[in-house]
Amino acid sequence: MIGIVNYGLGNVQAFANIYKRLNISALVVSKPDELGIAEKIILPGVGAFDWAMRRLEGSGLRSALEGAVGQGRPVLGVCVGMQMMAERSEEGVLPGLGWIAGEVKRFPDAGMPGCRNAGMQLPHMGWNDVAPCDGNGLFRGLTANARFYFLHSYYFLPQNQDSILAVTDYNGFYVSAVRAGNVFGVQFHPEKSHAWGIQLLKNFAEL
Amino acid sequence: MLRPRIIPCLLVHNGGLVKTVKFADPKYVGDPINAVRIFNEKEVDELMVLDIDATVKERKPDYGMIRNLAAECRMPLCYGGGVKTVEQFDRIVSLGVEKVSVSSAVVDDPELVGKAAELVGNQSVVVVMDVRRNGNGGYKVWTHNAGWKSERSATELSKEMEALGAGEVVINSIDNEGTMKGYDLEAVRQVREAVSVPMTVLGGAGSLEDMGRLIREFGIIGAAAGSLFVFKGKYRAVLISYPGREEKEKLYPQITPVPSPGATPEQ
Repeated sequence: MIGIVNYGLGNVQAFANIYKRLNISALVVSKPDELGIAEKIILPGVGAFDWAMRRLEGSGLRSALEGAVGQGRPVLGVCVGMQMMAERSEEGVLPGLGWIAGEVKRFPDAGMPGCRNAGMQLPHMGWNDVAPCDGNGLFRGLTANARFYFLHSYYFLPQNQDSILAVTDYNGFYVSAVRAGNVFGVQFHPEKSHAWGIQLLKNFAEL
Repeated sequence: MLRPRIIPCLLVHNGGLVKTVKFADPKYVGDPINAVRIFNEKEVDELMVLDIDATVKERKPDYGMIRNLAAECRMPLCYGGGVKTVEQFDRIVSLGVEKVSVSSAVVDDPELVGKAAELVGNQSVVVVMDVRRNGNGGYKVWTHNAGWKSERSATELSKEMEALGAGEVVINSIDNEGTMKGYDLEAVRQVREAVSVPMTVLGGAGSLEDMGRLIREFGIIGAAAGSLFVFKGKYRAVLISYPGREEKEKLYPQITPVPSPGATPEQ
């Protein structure tokens, strides 16, 4: 069973609907004991770093999540759900969960009024290519022409090269998916990325 | 590479979807949830839903409807209509909506954008400006479904919104809206020169070629349309449509996908 963490941020229902269509058992989880039966966990998110951290603390789910990570259960963070897995973020002052060594940084502010160049507009908003470093596991079947929806101005800079799972080109390459052991994170929104996102969520369920 | 976004824009009036011409004469085109389901199947880049009653009727956003839309959407959703407070931003993003737009509220209270961006992040704060050309060639921002002319110019207000933390500016041409005669490219030019945040253009698209023209001139941009995606033919029969993957890619031939280092030959 996939547990979708409901801490008041991110589109939990969109994940649940996709798993329902795939005939994969999934549950929206709002209480710590419900998390106990989840074999795999999704930590969704939309929003600013500190706001998300406060919401997660307030939900009472943090220690149950940390327990699950410690037991080696696969966890997938999405967007700010992934960014929270870092040690810190330039967007906020609160410490992150520290599950993956690294920090969240703001894209360089190259924006000039009148710019028509994609590389200079922030936030990075829209559909972009994701180039996985490993065509198995989470990105099985997603190595050719896969594209995903992005909406962010901050990105994950992992400390270890080994943590890089995929990269994306936005005025230069940056890390758009990370992994450390059983902890996975994607910057884009698979729940809003049509067939490609559905494939990724299916892959996560089948890990 | 990042791609331009092709965005259907749906208007909600009395609980149903409508299409207007120059902000008037709403014609019923269907049920919102049903339309979302059709757009899901068509792999739409992004969807914009604007509740055109909320502000003029001084009503709060319809959270029940927003919740249902967000749950049904398998594409990113931008909601607008009646949003006036930071608490409303908070609540709507919590319902699973990626982006929340404000329009008339920013004319009265520009600081709302700054406060909202601080809480939910600038990526989720969108400012929609309904604009109309004035005598000197510039554009003024109108509110209340083009019923009230503000003193703010489109370029000046968009600069202020960007500085306060808006993550996107949507320009809607009042005089082109619903006419399907093409976008007001001059309005786009003026605002594009003023700000560097992502921009989306609404009002007037009558064909995919109108979108192609916009993209050729402005590169990465959101091309939004109502009529184009809900009407077919000269009698304006209601039929929801959206370009297929290949048809859409013809609109931006300069974009080539990045080969993946993880790709294997048999794939």
